[in-house]
Amino acid sequence: MRAQERSREAASLVELPPEETTVDAMALTHLPSARGFLKPHRIVLMAIAGGLVFCAIWFLRWDWLPQYAGALAWGVGVSLLMLASTSILGFAFAVPIGLVQVTGPWPLKALAQGFCTIIRGTPLLLQLWLLYYGLGSLFPQFPAIRQSFLWPYLREAWPYGVAALTFSFAAYEGEVMRGAFAGVPRGELEAARAFGMSRWKLFWRIWLPRAVHRALPTLNGETVLQLKSTPLVATITVIDVYAVVSKIRQVTYLTYEPLLLLALIYLLLTALLVVAFRYFENKIPTRSV
Amino acid sequence: MTADVINWGLLALEPPGWGGVLLAGLFNSIKIAIGGYSLGLVLGTGGACGKLYGGPVVKDLMEIYTTLVRAVPELVLILLLYYAGTDVLNRAAAALGYGTVNISGLAAGIFVIGVVQGAYATEVLRGAILAVPAGQIEAARAYGMSPLLTLRRVTLPAMLPHAIPGLSNLWLISTKDTALLAVVGFSELTLVTRQAAGATKAYMLFFCAAGALYLLLTLVSNLIIRFIEARARRGWAAPS
Repeated sequence: MRAQERSREAASLVELPPEETTVDAMALTHLPSARGFLKPHRIVLMAIAGGLVFCAIWFLRWDWLPQYAGALAWGVGVSLLMLASTSILGFAFAVPIGLVQVTGPWPLKALAQGFCTIIRGTPLLLQLWLLYYGLGSLFPQFPAIRQSFLWPYLREAWPYGVAALTFSFAAYEGEVMRGAFAGVPRGELEAARAFGMSRWKLFWRIWLPRAVHRALPTLNGETVLQLKSTPLVATITVIDVYAVVSKIRQVTYLTYEPLLLLALIYLLLTALLVVAFRYFENKIPTRSV
Repeated sequence: MTADVINWGLLALEPPGWGGVLLAGLFNSIKIAIGGYSLGLVLGTGGACGKLYGGPVVKDLMEIYTTLVRAVPELVLILLLYYAGTDVLNRAAAALGYGTVNISGLAAGIFVIGVVQGAYATEVLRGAILAVPAGQIEAARAYGMSPLLTLRRVTLPAMLPHAIPGLSNLWLISTKDTALLAVVGFSELTLVTRQAAGATKAYMLFFCAAGALYLLLTLVSNLIIRFIEARARRGWAAPS
């Protein structure tokens, strides 16, 4: 049983392209199983962990918590909104980016590859600052932009955060979608064409669903990575949960307590995402091999 | 028009220009990336061996380490490790009677990037070790090799070709993660770029220049990685 599990795991890891093994290595995509939780050494470890948590509660200062609970909840909401909006927008961009790299004409292919290379080759923090400070300082020089209906939004910070996170997700997920589109068996596409499906119908009914299905485990990892990237928007004055915690640290002069709470919040959010994705993955019918 | 908008003189290497400062920042970034990546490889090798061959307690501790690092944003980890690491070191030094020690930003940066990279490397190396046919390791054991000798002579060399794609991705990630140290005030490329841009108000120019430098680093790394990959796989059958 163990050996079988091990060899299957090994096989799946070797077959995966490097991007996906890296995503797996960087983002938590499986929760530890509850099975076999009550072993003697685990009970001891859990007792030690419980002792540490007790010490943290007893010896550290938590009296600021009730005062900032509302702000923290608001911050979590902003972080989740950032995550959801940029993941959905980014995925909408990733599908055409992946598709043109598999089947598009060469100018589009080159454009998509260039976009992926540039976004994946530079740090997200730099892209964020380039958009916010760079474009943000450039826009006011054009009267046409100052007078447009978009100007009230362009003066805020969050559109730049959304744009940077969306581009980043689109570039990383576009690369995954390219592999997923290329990996759909040719026979299935030929069968669809033989049934007389038009190109659009073939895309919507066969190619896209099959590719999304293939990409779903990696999509899980990419979304967790995206969650881990959202605190960067706090550096351009978007008030997400990270920014709220930074504010608390400045006001109360506490070093560890707010950061530990922040780590705990992100841990819970990641676990929530993993559970949600597991639910959706189980909903898709697959033939067990 | 463009000659007025873009003042290329700002990128000059000598002091009125900021080119030299940017290059020094890039050099700092590369130093931290190399140091953090090396530390990560050492931690990752230990972590992978602990996860695969360790006792139940070691396995669980490694699991906790990789789970925490993979579920919490790098930015939060970097802040926590940066403050906690310097604090613990200072207290240890005070307890031993050395007074406060001054920890250089470089050492702290390498430490935090290394701990984060170590968790990622643990997972990559664990997968690669699992891909080594069990018969090879059993054969080594049958020859009477000690576990360490088996690791050094058989497991590590045999898993390396499997690990290289993942490890090379981790190298690219560590070069980009150095940018996060800007948040704790270490003067690597991203922070000096922001300072240069703030001083001259030429935001676009400097951020694009820094982006080009990062991109150059990635592309040069890719060339070297391709060379290493071809060399590591020279004994393999060509992919069909």
